[in-house]
Parts: sequence; C-alpha cells; structure tokens
Amino acid sequence: MLFFIEVVLSGLLAGVMYSLVALGFVLIFKASGIFNFAQGVMALFAALTLVGLMEKFNFPVWLAIIGTIAVMIALAWLIERLMLRHLVNQEPIILFMATIGLAYVLEGVGDIMWGSDVKLLDIGIPQGAWDWLWDQGIYVEKLELFAAGTAAILVIFLAIFFQKTRIGRALRAVADDHQAALSVGISLNTIWVVVWSVSGIVALVAGIMWGSKSGVQFSLSLIALKALPVLILGGFTSIPGAIIGGIIIGVGEKLAEVYVGPMVGGAIENWFAYMLALAFLLFRPQGLFGEKIIERV
Amino acid sequence: MIYRETGQFKSSYQADQALFPINQDRYVIFAVLIVTFGIVPMLLNEYWLNAIMLPFLIYSLAAIGLNILTGYCGQVSLGTGGFMAVGAYSVYKLMIAFPELGFIPLVLISGLITAAVGTLFGLPSLRIKGFYLAVATLAAQFFLIWLFNKVGWFYNYNASGMISSPPMTLFGVTITGPEGDMKAKYLLVAGLVAVFALAAKNIARGRIGRNWMAIRDMDIAAELIGVRPLIAKLSAFAVSSFYIGMAGALYFAVWLGSVEPTEAFDINQSFLVLFMIIIGGLGSVLGSFFGAAFLVLMPILLKNIMVDGFGTDAALAAHIEIITVGALIVGFLIIEPHGLAQLWRIAKEKLRLWPFPH
Amino acid sequence: MSARELGDVILKVDNISLSFGVMKVLDDISFDVKKGEIRSIIGPNGAGKSSMLNVINGFYHPQQGSITFKGDTRSHMAPHIAASQGIARTFQNIALFKGMSTLDNIMTGRNLKMKTNLFWQALHIGPARAEELENREAAERIIDFLDIQAIRKKPVGKLPYGLQKRVELGRALAAEPELLLLDEPMAGMNSEEKEDMCRFIIDVNTEFGTTITLIEHDMGVVMDLSDRVLVLDYGQQLADGVPDEVRANQSVIDAYLGVPHE
Repeated sequence: MLFFIEVVLSGLLAGVMYSLVALGFVLIFKASGIFNFAQGVMALFAALTLVGLMEKFNFPVWLAIIGTIAVMIALAWLIERLMLRHLVNQEPIILFMATIGLAYVLEGVGDIMWGSDVKLLDIGIPQGAWDWLWDQGIYVEKLELFAAGTAAILVIFLAIFFQKTRIGRALRAVADDHQAALSVGISLNTIWVVVWSVSGIVALVAGIMWGSKSGVQFSLSLIALKALPVLILGGFTSIPGAIIGGIIIGVGEKLAEVYVGPMVGGAIENWFAYMLALAFLLFRPQGLFGEKIIERV
Repeated sequence: MIYRETGQFKSSYQADQALFPINQDRYVIFAVLIVTFGIVPMLLNEYWLNAIMLPFLIYSLAAIGLNILTGYCGQVSLGTGGFMAVGAYSVYKLMIAFPELGFIPLVLISGLITAAVGTLFGLPSLRIKGFYLAVATLAAQFFLIWLFNKVGWFYNYNASGMISSPPMTLFGVTITGPEGDMKAKYLLVAGLVAVFALAAKNIARGRIGRNWMAIRDMDIAAELIGVRPLIAKLSAFAVSSFYIGMAGALYFAVWLGSVEPTEAFDINQSFLVLFMIIIGGLGSVLGSFFGAAFLVLMPILLKNIMVDGFGTDAALAAHIEIITVGALIVGFLIIEPHGLAQLWRIAKEKLRLWPFPH
Repeated sequence: MSARELGDVILKVDNISLSFGVMKVLDDISFDVKKGEIRSIIGPNGAGKSSMLNVINGFYHPQQGSITFKGDTRSHMAPHIAASQGIARTFQNIALFKGMSTLDNIMTGRNLKMKTNLFWQALHIGPARAEELENREAAERIIDFLDIQAIRKKPVGKLPYGLQKRVELGRALAAEPELLLLDEPMAGMNSEEKEDMCRFIIDVNTEFGTTITLIEHDMGVVMDLSDRVLVLDYGQQLADGVPDEVRANQSVIDAYLGVPHE
C-alpha cells in the first residue's frame, strides 16, 4: 500500500513538472494562437544560460537568474522581430512549422554558446527525501515538492494576470484574431514580446526544476514532446487545465510503468501518455478544459 | 519567347486535361527521364549514387506519401518515421519468410501492410482535427518504435536489436543489402519512384484527389455536397501510408542495409519528411521532389563547405548545420509559405511573359 | 408572379423544433415545398432561417419533428445521404474550396456521379478517364450556363465576391439536384449582379425544373421571384403564403417589413 502511495505521489510530482512546461505552451497559444514547439528547447536554453552564467562568469545565483531572465526577454524580442512579425495571419500549421525551425536554431546556438556536455545545476533547492514522510516509509523528493509549490504560485499569478489586467485582455484578443486585434489598436508586436518573455521565464523555471533533477542536457528539450499529451488533456488554452492534465499524465504514466510495464518489457513511458491522450481525445476532442470548437456554416 | 503557349490550342477536354498540357513542359519531362535513366547511372560514381541519388529518390517517395495526407487532404501527421518502420520491418520479415516472391512484389506487399496500419491509426482523424490529430499521430510514432524495439519477433530475436537485409536479386543482379550493385539499386528505385509519382499525380487530379482537397479546404461543406469524410480521410491515410511504407522498405533493404529502429525511424525522421513537403510545397508532387532534394543535398553541401572547405571541427559543423536547417525553414515559411513548388510556378509564369516584364 | 403549374409536394417539414442547449432556434415549424416551386424564407437576422436549411440538409439534427423528402419520412438524415437524394445548397458565408480552381470546385460537385475506384484512377486510363471526361463535359455545361468560362482555371480564393457566389451556385448545380437550397445568394451584390443572379435562379427553375428554396433579404427580389413565402422570427413561424398575402400580414409588417415613411 505504501508503495502505491509512493508511486502516486511520485507521479503527481512528475506531472507537475510536465505542467510547468505545458504552461509555457498554453501562454503562447492563448495569446498568439501559435503552438510553440520550441518551448522545450527554450527551457533547455534558459537552463544552459543559467549554468553558463554561474560557471563561466562566476555569477552568484540571484544575479545569474536575473541575467537569464534578461537573456530570455532579449530572445523574445529577437523572435518577434525576426520571425513572428513576418508571419502575421498565416495558417496555424505554418506557424507551428516555424517554431520547429526555431527549436532547431535555439538548440544549435545553445550548444555552440555553452557546450553540449551534461551540466550540473545546483542553485540551492533542497534535495533528498522529505524526512517527515520518509519516516513513514514513503520516499518523496524535496525537490519535486519545491517544484510543485513553485508551479502553484506561477499558476495563480498567471491566472490573475490573464483575467484581471489590461494586458491580459489584450493577449486574449490577439489569440482570437490577429487582424481584429490590430484594428482596435492593440500593438501585436508588443504583446508578442510580452508573451514570449513571460513564456521564456516560465521556461526558465521549468528548466531549473528539470535541470536540478536530472542535469542540464539535450534530453530536456524532449520534455516538450511530453507536454503535448498534457495539453491535449487539459486543453490548449487553459492554465488550470495544464496543471490538471499534467497530474493525470504523470500519475497515469507512473502507474502504468510500475504495474503494467513489467508485463510487456518496460519502457511504456515512451508512449503511454500519448495513448492516454489519444483515448481521451476520442471522447472529448477539445480536452478537459479546452474551448469547444463550434463550427458554423 | 521560348516558353510560349501561343499556337497551342486544345480542341478536346482530353487534351486540356493532359498531365503536361504545354508542349515545352513535355519536352522537359522527357529530358528529365532520359537523364534519370540513361545518363545518371553512366556518369555518377558509386559514392554519388549512394550518398545522394538513392536517399533523394527514397525520401521523394516518402514525401509524396506525406504530401498526399497532409498536403492534399490536410491531415497533419507526425508519424512518418513510424510508418517507414512498418514498411521496413514488413519487408524484412517477408524477405526472410517468402524470398521466392521476388523483391518488387515484397515491397508492394509491405506497402499494403503499412496502408492497413496507417488506416488503423487514421481512425482518430474522424473525430480529431488539426494539432490534436498531429499529437494522435505522435502516439502512433512512439508506439510503433517502442514495438519494434521491444518485441523480439520483429527483429528475429537478434541480440543487437538490429535488422539486416538479406541479399535478394532482380534479373540476376543483387539489389539489396551491402553487396548490392549500386547502378542496379539506383535504376530499381528510380523506376519505382517514377511509376508511383505518376500514379500519385493521376489520383490527385481525379475524383479522389479532389475529394481530399475538398476535405482539406472545408470539410463541412464537403460533407454537405456528398463527400464522405470517413472514406476520404481513411483513403488518404491508406494511400499515404502505402507510399511511406514502400519508402521505408527501400530505405532499409536497398539503401542502408541494416537499421536500428530508434535511430533510423525516430521522430526526427517524421520532422524531416514534414519539412520536405513544407519547403517543397504542400499539395504538389513536384514539390515533394524539390523538398527532398533540398533537404538531402543541403546538409551534404554544408558539411563539405564547412569541414572540407574551412576545416571546421565536425561537432561544430553539426551544430551549425542544425542552426542552418532551422533558419532556412523559418526563412522559407516567411518568404514563400507555399514552398519551392510555388516559386517554380511563379517562375514559369514569368517565363511565359519573358522577355516582357508583364 | 402569376400562378404557375406546380407539382406535388416534394418536401414537407413537420413540427421541427431545434435547440442548442437552452437556446431555442426553431419552434414547431411546419411548411411544405411543391415540386418546381420557388419558395422563399424571410425574416430578421437570427430568426433561424439558415438553421432551417441546415436541418433540411442534415447538418443539424432537430430535437423534434420530421422531414419528408420525396415520400421518405425521417427525423433527420446524414448530410451525404441528403446530397445523394438530390438536395444541394449554397452557403451564407461562401463555402468554396479555396485551394482549388473554379473547374475543380464544380467537378467536386459532380462527386456523387463518379464511381471509378482507386486503381483505375491511378492509371488514368479506360473507365477512369472516360468518367472524368464525361463529367468534365457536364461541368462545362454549367460553366457555360453561368458564363464563367474565363475564370475556370483560376483558384477561387482569388476571385471577387460576386463571382465566388456564382461559382458556388455552379457547384450546387453540378450535382443536378432536385431541391436547391440557396442561403442569401445575393448578399453583398450590387444591383447588376443581383439581376444576373435572379436571372440564373429563374433559368435554373424553368430550364432544369429544379425546386428552389431560398433565403433572401431583398424584398423586391423575394416578392418578384417567389411562388410562396415563409416568414420566421425568433424561431417562430409568423406567416406562410403567396407574396401578396405575406406582404399584407400585420405581424410580418410589425416584425420585419415595416411601413414606408410618410
């Protein structure tokens, strides 16, 4: 029984880590209608920059974080200038493809700038088992708890941001219709820089969490692929959906791996999340919280 | 002056609907065919045939397949790698079990098997659209690769997990595996690609192709005029997977000779073929060739320039290559989202008027 | 229009009610359409007119009521079955296949008349080619009828609005329908284009004998063209009769027509 609780908790926390990455997707999709495939690479790039600043330039942690945030904002500005601006009102598939291209570029640049070997990321987040639970026989990583807490704070902050502020409203307008938003005077370019910056910061947080957990390496960018089933479950435009979707995927995946995996040779994690998402889609094509697409003729 | 339609009048619908209604186009195609089948095998040496022509042709076939599904019918698929794997493993098991059937029939059967698998994974498209469908195809991608990795039957319980192509002959010449004759391999692949490219073009300009495009452009209206979405979408998946499966079979048996699933057919492969049809032009058979040529040649060119030309270190060159591919994709999408095929069409339009500006 | 020789009832709509959630779009609507008739449905925006067409088409499934078409009664049918039975339509916001040419759009309208399978299509010889040419001729007859020869190879996305509407009519006609549903065929047109469209609608009705049900806001057109008029308002049926009757009906005047200013 204890083992089961441990698996579930572990899944919950893994799920929250997925949600962190999914959040970045939701932000950009919500505000610009673009599915940013490069989100995972952005997390990797942010983490690389952070480690690079700390190691190569010997920045203290707080300065390195500020520095990385500045880099991500600069990156957002560059992306808007060089890419997004020229793709206004293109079809979604074109925008999606462009973000794949962007992912490749960021990956290469990150590798060249900071090197492609695995790096250790330690910014002082508590590690090791949570003693209180460990005494009861359940192993839970303090790091993952910390990540969960951070994610919760982020979600609350972002939800308020979107619902209550003027910029939040503008972001939602842009997501609906680029041209219409332009025609009421919303500056697309500024909005996009804002969104991609916020998304970049979210990517940084995700990068820190994942990097602390398993080191900063290329596979971090593949986490983006895992975020996709999360988004399907939670809907592409819902912030709470990203969290709940992440949790469902995280728990489902862990349970499947532990209890079903041994029967079929293991490594189910590679595809289980997708199958789960697929099954879900068949019953609810717009996800748990997504907006129902109403087609008018 | 040269590219003029003046004087070329069509007096029947049949003539108007020909594949190459303009005479000059016909001459060009003849020339291309002569070069492909006559001149290239004589001129190019083994290295070129193996490093450039074979992958170009095989990827063109895969690109045509994906273009059918995504370009003509509008169903986004990220499962190309997985389906190529199905084709490869099918042909592998078939070559071992039924070598007497002959290589070409085995390739065709592999295509059919892949078509069946593709249709199965295409069923969700009846409920799901757009990005969501892309993710569903990712499920196919990851699942299939896992399957071929884990289930021993597929790779004959080989300790290394790899599969190697047994040698098979055609008209007495070995055409599969590492001992195969390069010229024979080239001619075989070129022949298959030519035949099936023509078939694709025919299907695309007929009723089935129009129905696919109708579903792509406005599926609700299509249904309301009697196009059955079920049949259209599943047929697109089936035909597309047939082509991709054949490409996978040729990729393994004729070109590489031996493969390991996670390397040869992983998600990067899916992206690669998708890039090919985007850069080449969605909904265009010619575009599929352009895209394949571009993405096969460019890395080779870059590597030659950088490593041989500037003496760049190989790892750095690899990174720069990734950056360049990414940048080129973004650049293309900005400048001409409809790909090289569109640029080609525009060039032909301008050529019609040349030397007049408009 | 003076009374014409009309056939029997070809379409009968009985007590149709349609709701989306709590919103009642159609409330107990009943009417019929005679063969060869030109029937109009009018009413303010949001009255449920397009929804009524969608129900006839099979796109929306009503919660109550039934539709009888050519003797077959059913509560609803799938869109492609409606199409195969001989119902075709145009749409309020043009629903052409923007990526294809005029000719291809019209050829797609012939889809139900074409049957050759994949194998012959791939080879494009024999039955596939013969079928393609036969249907090409049929499509060209429609192109002639609508006078759109000049744009037959142009991608429809690039055509001006009025021409797009004409191509959409062509696509509907390509199916050789018995019942043609037109949803605001003259919306957004100038008077010259409207006259052309009127002429086409009358020709389709008299030359091909097609029964027409149309939604239109231009009262002049409606009163001139129609044999009978149905008036809807907020999903309710206000009036149903010949144009003169409807024009004089007080509730219709109150809801929709209004009176000329003094």
